[in-house]
Amino acid sequence: MNQEEIKEKLLSEFGTDIIQDSGDFRDQISVTVSKEKILDVCRYLKEDPELSFNFLSFVAAVDRLPKTPRFEVVYQVHSLKHNHRFRVKALLDETAEMSASIDSVVPMWPTADWHERETAEMFGITFNNHPDPRKLLLPDGWTVHPLRKDFSLYGTEEDTPDLPA
Amino acid sequence: MSEQVSPKENFSSELLELNLGPHHPSTHGVFRAIVELDGEMVVNVVPHLGYLHRGYEKTCENKHYHQVIPLAERCDYMGASSNSLVYCLTMEMLLDVEVPERAQVVRVMMAELSRIFSHLFWLGTHGHDVGAMTPLFYMLREREEIMNLFELTAGGRLMPNYLRIGGLIQDLEEGFVERLRSFTEHFDRRVDEYETLLTKNAIYMDRTKGIGMLPLEDAIAMGASGPMIRGSGLAWDIRKREPYSGYEQYDFDVPVETGCDVYARYLVRVAEMRQSNRILRQTLDRLPEGPIRAQKPGVIFPPQEDIYTKMESLIHHFMLVVEGLKPPVGEVYQCIESPRGELGCYIISDGGPRPYRLKWRAPAFVNLESLARMSKGYFFADLIAILSSVDIVLAEVDR
Amino acid sequence: MGIKGHLNDTVHVTNLEWFVNWARKSSMWPLGFGLACCALEMIAAFVSRYDLARFGMEVARPSPRHADLMIVSGTASKKMLPAILRIYEQMAEPRWVIAMGACACTGGIYKNYAVVQGIDRHLPVDVYVPGCPPRPEALLDGILQLHAKVMKEQSISNPRITNIKVASR
Repeated sequence: MNQEEIKEKLLSEFGTDIIQDSGDFRDQISVTVSKEKILDVCRYLKEDPELSFNFLSFVAAVDRLPKTPRFEVVYQVHSLKHNHRFRVKALLDETAEMSASIDSVVPMWPTADWHERETAEMFGITFNNHPDPRKLLLPDGWTVHPLRKDFSLYGTEEDTPDLPA
Repeated sequence: MSEQVSPKENFSSELLELNLGPHHPSTHGVFRAIVELDGEMVVNVVPHLGYLHRGYEKTCENKHYHQVIPLAERCDYMGASSNSLVYCLTMEMLLDVEVPERAQVVRVMMAELSRIFSHLFWLGTHGHDVGAMTPLFYMLREREEIMNLFELTAGGRLMPNYLRIGGLIQDLEEGFVERLRSFTEHFDRRVDEYETLLTKNAIYMDRTKGIGMLPLEDAIAMGASGPMIRGSGLAWDIRKREPYSGYEQYDFDVPVETGCDVYARYLVRVAEMRQSNRILRQTLDRLPEGPIRAQKPGVIFPPQEDIYTKMESLIHHFMLVVEGLKPPVGEVYQCIESPRGELGCYIISDGGPRPYRLKWRAPAFVNLESLARMSKGYFFADLIAILSSVDIVLAEVDR
Repeated sequence: MGIKGHLNDTVHVTNLEWFVNWARKSSMWPLGFGLACCALEMIAAFVSRYDLARFGMEVARPSPRHADLMIVSGTASKKMLPAILRIYEQMAEPRWVIAMGACACTGGIYKNYAVVQGIDRHLPVDVYVPGCPPRPEALLDGILQLHAKVMKEQSISNPRITNIKVASR
């Protein structure tokens, strides 16, 4: 199936209030879905026999400061059976009380475990029902989220010290 | 194990938590794992990563697009040219640039040499971990020959930094083609030598057959790619299924084994070395004359001779170096078959000279996720063999 | 004439300090401490083409208790730094450090939040070998410079103290 057909199939299954937006660039289509329904969309992508996206390449996040919603979580999926790829995104925002959160897709694709852990520590996003929400790459004592746009590349002596205090 | 002790005896035991790494001769770099042991049997392995986290993705957001190439090469330092290949392919898709034929063939040469380079080092260190010290010294001899070839391209032994967006930085030096031809001629016999050391060796087979089983459904669920999944029975090679850089023109097989164990992955990698040699021979026959970089002023570097003779080329070069290239707004994902698996690069461009977001899909990172599943129930000594069969490069795992 | 003439060049007359320095530099055992890409060039320096064995250094001990020379080859990330310091503490005196590669010398191309900008901020480095990665010949040159430095040390009359701030637990 080509990218247009996959998008049409998703639109016909879920409708435009869940499949909110789409982008098309260099023959690669990505759709933006509402974050509440991400597990349903992922289940459909994986289990529908014409799509059968059984391989998750990566889960990443993008900080779109100063646009709102601030974060965009990107899922790149691949079907080993039909040899097609697709990209699904979800927009999240954070408030003063709560960090941005989205459901974890580990029940669909167990490989998402480490991808989500890394995304969580780099951006400060919470993945609900994640089996093991610990830090992955950064030192344990750090509380900062380096890949955010408002975090300076060089870090600071207080937030990113050479040695733990 | 404690269940075998008679219940009359008041015998209590608990799990031993052993810290493996980050400084350890067999962890191939700074890898740390907490291993829970019941006697000698591994109950759980919890990897702790991040000891080589160098802030790669954040650094790339602060560099011009051309400046990312040396950073990318240092991500997977075993096969450095595959990294710059995936990055250049992603940028060429973003910019909609067509790479000339000669550059594509030379890129395939560099990619396959990198594959052999990486698999040789894997073979030596894997043999060393399992107890066979000889392959290490043999493969270092081969690697010196390949490093001579890399040196002839652009001067660097380990990180040649030879690929550029749009093609290559400069044409091949004199003597490269002859040297590569003599390498391809004797390399097959060298691989036969390595096979006589390990493939039918009773000790090696005892240590690796049936160890570290990763069934196919688990491999797909855990996102394993490359020799990990080909050793579990799936003939998935991105060079065949989603060809790039002219790979559809070459005739090669994709080695697949159904053993799902460490031995199967060893056989797959050794066979891949032979197939890479086969592709190298075909590239030598196919090498056409022509330009080595696409022509797109303002985006791709102009040819070196023009910079010294034509005013516009000098100005374009100057503006590219000082201000950087400005691609259209958009996002692309491109992946290649690196020696470890699906190596992917996802770039979001906002029209400026620096990537807005660069995500590196590192195969070693994802393959390492399966370590816990593969090691449960085996002995601690087998854990070392299983870890080396994953073929990790910590710089790629931690980025 | 004198005692030297009778002994026919079988005896070398020198001072104790020279002798101790010569013994130290002739069998300085490196710690196999490869962090990142420079480790590959360090391994390449061990093989027959560049041959570190002719300097008595082919015994690369994985344990710091047995090693004299720590070649920090590769990037020292901030998470790894406490481990590096703890390993350095475990090495017995006399001990030397070579910072191999741009990342160990100054942080290299990684000037960011995650990388220590040069391990000389925390360890007493004796020789810096720049390069990314340095060729094995450059590493051998650095090692020979270190040997020359060791020969000039006042190891008996004024031994160097190489303590560092104790790495936090």
